[in-house]
Amino acid sequence: MSKGAYRATAIAAEVAVPVAILLAWQAWTAQANDPKFPRLSTILVEFRELWLFSQFELHVVPSLTRIALGFGIAVIVGVAIGIPLGLSRRGRILAMPHIEWWRAMPPPALLPISIVLLHSIGDRQKVSFIAFFCLFPILLNTIDGVRGIDPALMETARSYGVGRFERIGRIVFPAALPQIFAGMRTSLSLAVIMMVLTEYFSSTSGVGYVLLISKNTFQLAPMWAAIVLIGLLGYLLNLLLVLIERRVLAWHRGWRAAAAQ
Amino acid sequence: MSKGGGQVLEIRNLGKTYGTGERATHAIADVSFAVEDGEFVCVVGPSGCGKTTLLKCVAGLLNPGSGEVLLRGSQVTSPPEEMALVFQEYGRSLMPWSSVWNNVLLPLRHKKLAAKERKQLVEEALAAVGLTRFSHHYPWQLSGGMQQRVAIARALAYQPSILLMDEPFASVDAQTRGDLEDLILQVREEFAVTILFVTHDIDESVYLSDRVVVLTHAPTEVKEIIAVDLPFPRDQISTKELPEFAHLRGHVYRLIKRDQVEPAELALAEPVPESGRRG
Repeated sequence: MSKGAYRATAIAAEVAVPVAILLAWQAWTAQANDPKFPRLSTILVEFRELWLFSQFELHVVPSLTRIALGFGIAVIVGVAIGIPLGLSRRGRILAMPHIEWWRAMPPPALLPISIVLLHSIGDRQKVSFIAFFCLFPILLNTIDGVRGIDPALMETARSYGVGRFERIGRIVFPAALPQIFAGMRTSLSLAVIMMVLTEYFSSTSGVGYVLLISKNTFQLAPMWAAIVLIGLLGYLLNLLLVLIERRVLAWHRGWRAAAAQ
Repeated sequence: MSKGGGQVLEIRNLGKTYGTGERATHAIADVSFAVEDGEFVCVVGPSGCGKTTLLKCVAGLLNPGSGEVLLRGSQVTSPPEEMALVFQEYGRSLMPWSSVWNNVLLPLRHKKLAAKERKQLVEEALAAVGLTRFSHHYPWQLSGGMQQRVAIARALAYQPSILLMDEPFASVDAQTRGDLEDLILQVREEFAVTILFVTHDIDESVYLSDRVVVLTHAPTEVKEIIAVDLPFPRDQISTKELPEFAHLRGHVYRLIKRDQVEPAELALAEPVPESGRRG
């Protein structure tokens, strides 16, 4: 099979399989007539009503903003702490027990205290909560990425008198970038989970809030519409990140392919 | 060859021990020799005799345990600006995320130069190694020999007066190796650099150098220093056909062979350097 044909088949499969599942869902819900499982057509009408028009600004924008801010902070802080820790053995010895402790903590356990400590159920609390738990995959991957740098590369730069900060910018950071992206992918799906979790727990807006209210008022079609939206958000955000990664790390794929030969 | 500009580099009673107490490994016992301005000196020795350690001490990347390295009379404690180092592992010392151009530019970015001068230095260095057409390629898109030429271009762009080379041609095929040897002789001429070249290849050491420093196995000392009076320009065929070449080659070979170590000792001879360990 040619490369183009292979790609076309792959894309068709990626589209065809979900479409087939949705059709089966529609067929099954139509004959089952169970209020707990509204027809797909009903969910989609609800989806359009809810998310594409009236509620988009009210609930989708706040949720996306929280994800963007929380995830963004986690990336910046994770890389900023991860690089020095990756370079310093002493730093790692001091920091690793703390990192492992907080990383092992289940997020819901900290949800109540985050509200108490931050005196808020607004964006401040939500963004901090998302950022906190998104931090660990990025931080640990950055540390690993930095530790994995070839010493020959660092020695070369050192022998040419390249200063510490320039070494970090020109060698340490790009060398760790593939690992950093791996951490970002894990964190991004965590960000969606944390977004739903915080909004579901205490909120006045957001997709998770709509999910909770619909459930409490037994409005099952909007509830399903919210579930569909959350799934779609997670999928699209990941797709976006993968596309960025492919562009930024084009060298990495080429390099690995060349090394494998 | 232009020689006799006085000593630029002096290695004085250099010693290096890894570890302490019973587990200590004496990599280098006592090595002394000097390099004259404009000279091409090859260091050869049995495998595991601490050649790389020696070169890293000279480059200021590693502190010698005892003795000292003097560059124009002053002690080397950190990488000096007039030295450039080319490693054996070209694939590991080039940045895979940067183009050939940016790899060569790396050591120039922090130098106080006008943008035009930087550009010119990179262009000249790439031209000297015949890679002008490949400046936009990534290193991994090139063959091994070409990658090593990128590393040499990077060293040249830095405008060193001394080029340190650590078995630079050990991982390329024989044909490419011959080409690179001739390239480095030509570059030496063109850029008027002093070269300290570590190799385990006896033919290579005699073919390239003005003098060969033969080392013993670890704990390493200088076994003999041999002057190579073969005429320049050297040629892969005619130079190697000279009876003097055969004689010198045989002489170095005998020195090293007589010094071969038992396998049990060999295992101890090459310790993992500190920087190679992952903490």
